[in-house]
Amino acid sequence: MSDKAKKNKTPFIRLSKKSESMLDPRKAVAIRISSVVVALILGSIPILLTGVNPVKAYGIIVQGSLGNKIYLQQTIKKMIPLLCCALAIGPCFKMRFWNIGAEGQLTAGAIACSAIAIWFGKSSMPSILILSLMFIFAIVAGGIWGFIPGYFKAKYNTNETLFTLMMNYIAIGIAKWLQGGPWEGRKGTQIIPIFDRKTFLPNVLGVHCGWIIVLLIVIIMHYYMTRTKHGFEVAVIGDSENTARYAGMNVGWIMMRTMFLSGAICGIAGFVVVAGANHTLNDVVADGNGFTAITVSWLSQLNSYVMILISALLAIISKGSKTLNQRVGVPASVAEIVSGILLFCMLGCEFFINYEIKFRWSRDKDAKKSASTAEQAKNGSTDGNRSSIPANTSKEAE
Amino acid sequence: MQNCAIELKNIRKTFGPVVANDGINLQINRGEILCLLGENGSGKTTLMNMLSGIYQPDGGEIYADGRKVTIRSPHDAFKNGIGMIHQHYHLVDVFTAAQNIILGLDEAMDIGRVNTRVKEICDRYGFGIDPKMKVYDMSVSQKQTVEIVKVLYRGSEILILDEPTAVLTPQETDKLFAVLRNMRRDNKAIVLITHKLAEVMAVSDKVAILRKGRYIATVNTKETSPGELTDMMVGRAVTLNLDRPKYDNPEDKLVVEGLTVVDREGIKKLNNVSFTARTGEILGVAGIAGSGQKELLESISGLYPVKSGSIKFVNTDKTTVELVGKTPTQIKEIGVGMGFVPEDRLGMGLVGSMGMTDNMMLRSWREGRGLFFNRKKPQDLADRVWKKLDVVTPSTEFPVRRMSGGNIQKVLVGREIASHPPVLLTAYAVRGLDINTSYAIYNLLNDQKMGGSAVMYVGEELDVLMELCDRILVLCDGQVSGIVDGRTATKEEIGLLMTTVGGKEA
Repeated sequence: MSDKAKKNKTPFIRLSKKSESMLDPRKAVAIRISSVVVALILGSIPILLTGVNPVKAYGIIVQGSLGNKIYLQQTIKKMIPLLCCALAIGPCFKMRFWNIGAEGQLTAGAIACSAIAIWFGKSSMPSILILSLMFIFAIVAGGIWGFIPGYFKAKYNTNETLFTLMMNYIAIGIAKWLQGGPWEGRKGTQIIPIFDRKTFLPNVLGVHCGWIIVLLIVIIMHYYMTRTKHGFEVAVIGDSENTARYAGMNVGWIMMRTMFLSGAICGIAGFVVVAGANHTLNDVVADGNGFTAITVSWLSQLNSYVMILISALLAIISKGSKTLNQRVGVPASVAEIVSGILLFCMLGCEFFINYEIKFRWSRDKDAKKSASTAEQAKNGSTDGNRSSIPANTSKEAE
Repeated sequence: MQNCAIELKNIRKTFGPVVANDGINLQINRGEILCLLGENGSGKTTLMNMLSGIYQPDGGEIYADGRKVTIRSPHDAFKNGIGMIHQHYHLVDVFTAAQNIILGLDEAMDIGRVNTRVKEICDRYGFGIDPKMKVYDMSVSQKQTVEIVKVLYRGSEILILDEPTAVLTPQETDKLFAVLRNMRRDNKAIVLITHKLAEVMAVSDKVAILRKGRYIATVNTKETSPGELTDMMVGRAVTLNLDRPKYDNPEDKLVVEGLTVVDREGIKKLNNVSFTARTGEILGVAGIAGSGQKELLESISGLYPVKSGSIKFVNTDKTTVELVGKTPTQIKEIGVGMGFVPEDRLGMGLVGSMGMTDNMMLRSWREGRGLFFNRKKPQDLADRVWKKLDVVTPSTEFPVRRMSGGNIQKVLVGREIASHPPVLLTAYAVRGLDINTSYAIYNLLNDQKMGGSAVMYVGEELDVLMELCDRILVLCDGQVSGIVDGRTATKEEIGLLMTTVGGKEA
């Protein structure tokens, strides 16, 4: 009686975690590609509602971001700070330190280099010297902005997610104050006048040379993470802080150092935006790049080179949807909905890579599965129950 | 018959191929305190978890008041009047005692009435807690009291306490026992899971003994003695035919004196521990799990803060260096070679997501100047360990987490013995390994010993300890209750020391 009742309780749909041996890389790629397809199909619904042919709209997005030299340059300009922040976040996430303060660290860097631009821009100092000073100050300011939450995490185990998030608002608040107060141009405008030309980053191939800096960072970060002692330390801490301590690593110090580095790279992003694109400071200097970078970092699975692709994709959508708005009057908000759907699908598909959905009637599969769990239990038990648990939870890291 | 609250018949529970309980028959009576006695891993907690609805038995029957029942959830257990107080408390820190007590109950939230009822229960049995006190302000023993009151509040007639005294001071233990006696007078059935013989003798009416998942016997406490209980608990000695080569002239290598450590909650984990580890000797460490073994090894290797006492390492030229107060890196820098095989292999000894090579590098990553690490040496070491210890893995880059337990352990032990450290610390080196791998590990340890290392072997199987180790240090409750010669000691002797704080007769 009770057994029968139990059987009927088998849920209609349930989810089960795929064992690691079932993770097939080809399947994972297929799932990722199909998630983009699903996103495009879902995204066509809001476009249809505005009365535009979705195929045409997608065409305009691609054409409007890559179609000619000007569009391409603008797309790259959008991509630079995004990629730079994603690179900055990478080591933090590898360490399982949830730094969501790239926005503030970028702003802090931007403020510091703007200060240099304002103080020395009109002086007789040569351009290269001013730019170098701006660069250094951006690094230090961004670094400090990252170091502070790192310090409190290391010393007092504060929650880094909240801390970095709050630091964002402080930095943005300072920028706002400067904009309306000490650095304001004409009273009441809330605008800081454009800086002197000497503080402009030179153009290379039509785009400010920030792209060269960022590409250099891509390569440096790749080697930093895979070849250096620092990168090794970060990876070990990400897997298990206890193991790191066991191996004689100073976990707190490494956290602070990595957060400084992360903040410093965000600071560079701030420098690139101020000196390369905006030539002034405002409170939206980060423009959400610090947050979108989290998505980029995550989708790239912390691989520097893949970050280029993902940030390019997001920049294309962002730029393309502006063109879409201008050409056929699709509101910018609709384009934002479409890119939201795309991100949702791309992030959501990770779930289907790690889990599978099972229906009540898939009994025969179930039997197989239970056999394999028994096998797992066997492996697990040879290992003591304790170690099999971190084995499962740490899977998220990959 | 009415007196019998719960009866278990032929209960069986397996986890995959591991049999946790088999053929268990047990009677829990009202107005009685029953002690469930057994070594670690003998299945006490598993059995009680089946009563409280956390697990379900694979075979056998449970009768409550003579009716056959199925306990499918903790909720079912409560309906049958069964309440369990777990080893780890499940309380919400920011709630008051009363709020925690009614948490999950489907009744009107009249906190005033709850407070009065809680107060009633407390007065009746002699608990001393304030219902309005927040949990984060409570001591460990107060938290335990909340758990007990929580169970009583729900009207439980059968209380199961899983090692309640493990976290209590002797005074608190006495208080708890007084409360338990009050409950017995109130005709409640009480099951106490423990492995401290002194407590069994002090408080229980009956003792049920489990060994390796099997039911051995139930005896009346008055009619038995600690010696007899130990016999039943540890069983007869089994011959394993392990090698125990003799090393000619052992010398002192590690001198530990008066070592005392406290954990974050301020509980003494090691209390005035003194011993000497010698070269060419395997020093076994026996004890019920959680008697301070982990803290002992970690404080020697510089990972656990030491409150007082000294740990001296004796150099070959007879000079000594103090290890207390040094970090693992500092210990390494002053030239003290120490290998440490921790209990938590993937959580402490290895990095699960990395391959063998990177795991070998955990010991050498700092070597060399500059920013970049040298992967050549760890790569060579990984290759050597792979071949020499027959590690089954597709490559040295294959994540160790995906290897089997035995292979994981080989990687860890292989790395730790690679540099022939003068001191080798191992914790549960063969836990969960099959016979062949276990013997392979024993041989590796013997090789280290004959190579002149001082090996410390924290183990759980007395048979192995008695055949492998030259001397055995027995810990009970963070204190040394005795150091015996592995060649002459009997299983009963060690078993009794394991359950007797300070080594005095229970």
